[in-house]
Amino acid sequence: MNQCKMLRGSVALAEGALIAGCQYYFGYPITPQNDIPEYLSQQLPKQGGIFIQAESEVASINMLLGAAAAGARAMTSSSGPGISLMQEGLSYMAGSELPGLVVNITRIGPGLGGIAPSQGDYWQATRGGGHGDYRLIVLAPNSVQEMYDLTIKAFELADKYRNPAMILGDAILGQMKEPVRLNKPDIEPPEKPWALRGASGRKPQLIKSLFLKDGEMEKHNWHLQEKYKRLRENEAMVEADLEDKMDILVVSFGSCSRIVQSAVHMARSRGIRVGLVRPISLYPFPERQIREASKIAQKVLTVEMNTGQMWDDVRLSLAPGCQARLMARPGGGIPTPQQIVEEIDSFLKAGDQVAESIC
Amino acid sequence: MQKVFAKPESLIETTFHFCPGCHHGTVHRLVCEAIDHYQAREKTIGVPGVGCGVFLYDYVDIDVCEAPHGRAPAVATGLKRVLPQSLIFTYQGDGDLGAIGMSEIVHTANRGENITVIFVNNSVYGMTGGQMAPTTLLGQQTTTSPYGRDFHTDGYPIRMTEMLATLEGVAFASRVSLHTAAHVKKARKAIMKAFEMQTQNMGFTFVEFISSCPTNWNMNPQKSVERLEEEMLPYYPLGTFKERTAPDYL
Repeated sequence: MNQCKMLRGSVALAEGALIAGCQYYFGYPITPQNDIPEYLSQQLPKQGGIFIQAESEVASINMLLGAAAAGARAMTSSSGPGISLMQEGLSYMAGSELPGLVVNITRIGPGLGGIAPSQGDYWQATRGGGHGDYRLIVLAPNSVQEMYDLTIKAFELADKYRNPAMILGDAILGQMKEPVRLNKPDIEPPEKPWALRGASGRKPQLIKSLFLKDGEMEKHNWHLQEKYKRLRENEAMVEADLEDKMDILVVSFGSCSRIVQSAVHMARSRGIRVGLVRPISLYPFPERQIREASKIAQKVLTVEMNTGQMWDDVRLSLAPGCQARLMARPGGGIPTPQQIVEEIDSFLKAGDQVAESIC
Repeated sequence: MQKVFAKPESLIETTFHFCPGCHHGTVHRLVCEAIDHYQAREKTIGVPGVGCGVFLYDYVDIDVCEAPHGRAPAVATGLKRVLPQSLIFTYQGDGDLGAIGMSEIVHTANRGENITVIFVNNSVYGMTGGQMAPTTLLGQQTTTSPYGRDFHTDGYPIRMTEMLATLEGVAFASRVSLHTAAHVKKARKAIMKAFEMQTQNMGFTFVEFISSCPTNWNMNPQKSVERLEEEMLPYYPLGTFKERTAPDYL
């Protein structure tokens, strides 16, 4: 039986990385994610791994690029402003098809913002974030157990699709403590025949994203799109708590979805038929699952700790005729379960308009 | 008949895209001669920066990893930490290394990262069309300093080799030139030394090549070589500024 421990979210994430075989960490300090590098700076040297405190997030992501090119499982972690600095490197990694893990324990933005929990980096994470037509694989845990499990999953998906992956968390998930079952990964890290290790017994290999010949770059872009299509078809992850008949469906991700879970229980105890869909993978976004659930509910409330970013994806996924409403709390605001229940009530009483509400 | 000169084996048989009189071709050959000398082709990984040197993989028969502009030393750090037995070098121009990549080069050198940096200084941005570089000389006209570089607005040309030589992590820092056959021979020695020291885990090794860019200097190759000697060398003196004899962590 797998060991069970009481762990902080960031430590669980680091343990997940280690059990997944990640032996290389490159990063630069920024609050609220410092627990991850601090923990790994203790653990990696003991395991023969490498921990480097880089001079910047720009250097961190490029060290990750180099380690990934050599075929290693490697990671970096940061928060909002640091992730912004990594966008150049992430675009290069996506363009040259290098797997690697980037953890974003978000801050509040824009600018220096603040360090309280926020989900304001959803667009940056799910739209690629840097220049060019590309996507990251983005997983959003909502528990300490998932901080551990999804880190392993992120490495597996990154390797499978040769694409950088991101864990999108926040200070709540990084700091809270919960019991974690330290599951072993099911899948062995794959062989990487494309990796650079010196041209011994084979022809020289290249890792590159520059394609200047006529038509080459368009072909490369279509190749990447084909990969993202496979991701969308096969890897969307979702937690759904639905009822056969629903008055309303609530969609929420990450730490916010934990609050929504409480609200759903409260609403149900008052006889409201309410369902919950929680996207676990933000890219690929679980469009099909939301569309199916929205057919039953007709009214769909999105609750998120930003001004309405995932709401874009939810609205694109809804079945025709659904009414969509947004409950948004940006800038470090955290909704209470009671406020969410009030929003559910208000939406159920409202007419057929498409509305948004910022409380 | 005795063969006294041959194309290095690790140099691919093809035509360089470099302009006539450009020294990149010579630097490529010297790198390949050093790779062949240490029989290191099968364990060498090159990391070109962005600029005229980015097509390294078209000419050198080794594994190559592209890096974003200025970030080659960070990419090389990642590669070297995973593959400590490999021979890793970056190949960077003056804009790549001395402007946008200043942070990466300084901190990689300071960590004593056991890699070799090939720095080609021709005092202009070549690939983008001859703009002012951090190494552009005072008074030098470029497409973005049409009245000549003025220290009041643009500051002074940076001497990278001298600057890096002050850092403890640096094992070898040398500046060479390519304007005569004798200087090319000295340049070969410097790169041989740098690669040898890397294989001995001595730390960070750095070789700056003072080079010409006839196209962006608006000169013919002969005039360019004269300009290199008369204008660049007085500001960028040749020599070895740091050479450690033992890894300092021993």
